[in-house]
Amino acid sequence: MKLANLKPESLTETPTGYCSGCGHGVAHRLVAEVIDEMGMRENTVGVAPVGCAVFAYDYWNFDVTEAPHGRTPCVAAGIKRVLPDRVVFSYQGDGDLASIGMGEIIHTANRGDNITVVFINNANYGMTGGQMAPTTPLGMKTSTTPLGRTAEAGHPIRVPELLNALEAPVYLDRQSLHDPAHVRKAKNALKKAFRLQVEGKGFSLVELLSTCPSNWGMTPQDAVKWVGVEMVKTFPLGVIRDKS
Amino acid sequence: MTRTLIKGNEVITEAALAAGCRFYAGYPITPQNEITGSMARRMPEAGGVFIQAESEIAAINLCFGASVAGARAMTSTSSPGFSLMQEAVSYLAACEISCVLVNVMRGGPGLGNIQPSQSDYFQAVKGGGHGDYHCLVLAPATVEEAYAFTLLAFDLADKYRNPVLLLADGLLGQLMEPVDLAPPKPLSLPARDWKLDGAKGRKPRLIRSLLMEEGVLEKHNYKLAKKYQSMAGEARWESDPQEGSELLVVGYGIAARAAKAAVREAREKGMKVEWFRPQTLWPFPSEALREAAQRAEKVLVVEMNLGQMVEDVRLAVEGSVPVEFFGRPGGAVLPPREILEAMQRAVGKRIKVYADSHIPKTDMEIGTIPASFKKDVSKGRPTCADSHIPKTDKEIGTIPASFKKDVSKGRPA
Repeated sequence: MKLANLKPESLTETPTGYCSGCGHGVAHRLVAEVIDEMGMRENTVGVAPVGCAVFAYDYWNFDVTEAPHGRTPCVAAGIKRVLPDRVVFSYQGDGDLASIGMGEIIHTANRGDNITVVFINNANYGMTGGQMAPTTPLGMKTSTTPLGRTAEAGHPIRVPELLNALEAPVYLDRQSLHDPAHVRKAKNALKKAFRLQVEGKGFSLVELLSTCPSNWGMTPQDAVKWVGVEMVKTFPLGVIRDKS
Repeated sequence: MTRTLIKGNEVITEAALAAGCRFYAGYPITPQNEITGSMARRMPEAGGVFIQAESEIAAINLCFGASVAGARAMTSTSSPGFSLMQEAVSYLAACEISCVLVNVMRGGPGLGNIQPSQSDYFQAVKGGGHGDYHCLVLAPATVEEAYAFTLLAFDLADKYRNPVLLLADGLLGQLMEPVDLAPPKPLSLPARDWKLDGAKGRKPRLIRSLLMEEGVLEKHNYKLAKKYQSMAGEARWESDPQEGSELLVVGYGIAARAAKAAVREAREKGMKVEWFRPQTLWPFPSEALREAAQRAEKVLVVEMNLGQMVEDVRLAVEGSVPVEFFGRPGGAVLPPREILEAMQRAVGKRIKVYADSHIPKTDMEIGTIPASFKKDVSKGRPTCADSHIPKTDKEIGTIPASFKKDVSKGRPA
């Protein structure tokens, strides 16, 4: 008999401090598994965002730096340009990437910087207590849209579709973490994105729909159900671009 | 050694490359565009990375990443752009990341103009970004010194794992002077054992400034404070000691050159004047300045702003000598003649406070040569009480009531 699902070497022993039912733990592990499987742990530099996932550096067992809020892809691009043979990725939430860092992500993608972006969309600002994010679906209640998001607060932004208007990005995908089958698909997407970087193909971004039961006011079970039934209506899953 | 006639902005590029800088990111802004332009040409020749960033914010964060990865990195900008960079400057200091920053100052506040200015002194030496931190700040006065100080900036950045700011101005940036582009002397600097290049055969490294555990951030701040204290020995200045001076004239950067010319003329007229130029603005050469001030009866600080470094001069002399100020804001350059007038006013006149500094009475005076220039300067200007404080609110909008008080009674509370 063989033991399955051992802790990847790219994860530390530190238990995550995330809320019950939060998607970050799963996403961190997927990144760690992919890096392990590529044999790249000692060759990887990660860039953590500002937001809940800033603590990712406590859980990943490779070099990690923080970055000012939203400037994550700039820091990653700066590292990659200096060390082109290392695996460099940014891990960003929806506020970090699609709000305060919108300029940075567009221009990094437009330059085709050869990095991988792991984009966690949980439809709200988790760290600060559940405010509206650029990806909050219309009608969703948050602490800053107590009656539900209306169009005048802006429509939810579909990031891979937006970046699809640019020439340079090589691979843009959206997957979800709401059930095991989708987690496997998400891992395959990450695997492809990281592989393309190693092959020197250029910029890739994988959006992962994730859960935030604490701020959504749901049980973890209801939260994953909501992602699978409701959230995917605003954020349809699948490959948006594949130039590989 | 051949001397090359070169512009201030371009010499910064040459020095950076000579210092081993292999990463530059910048965003267009006048009057520093020749740095970005020459970097675009020269950096690829040196085998380094040049990126025209989408903003100053991106530029400095690209440098953040490059430095984290182990490269000597530099960005350059001018005043409004440096304001945009302040967030990352705070992060660089907090994370102890070496990086060289260049601010070729222009007139402010706001979008201001593209004339040379020194109005970012406070921002440069008092913080600018959030939190307790300091950048080392070097203030060149000549193109030759811009070369030498850029070389020095990279070494200091690595020595202290800290951002170093080269604070120039639009005039120095555009000025052409002959420079000996000598290669730097090799130094033994601490190894970059903090860089992130993959945890091969070692434990993973972490660069962060988020320190949430109880007491950890306080400890980190004390650690940084010790480092800042250890930088005191980096204070640099230029002076020409004279015993029994009537006046000590203090200025930095391009204003100091104008002041030097005024001092020369004053000496010809028989005034006993000493001259002092801080070359580092942080650490500030307070002790050397205090010593120089002890030899003089009065101090006159000359700046291309409304009076910023003068505060540090006052702190340095600790009230032992009267300190006066002369300057012009908004991108106005200081002609030596005007400085000479200020020197003559300072000598033999009572102590003046900040509110007495020259505020032109009419629009005609601003941007043109003040009428007083045409007067015989030996008669001096009218006293400040008569001339420098607008008499009615209408003259320059609303003047705080305190400004109308008799300044001879001292500074308003």
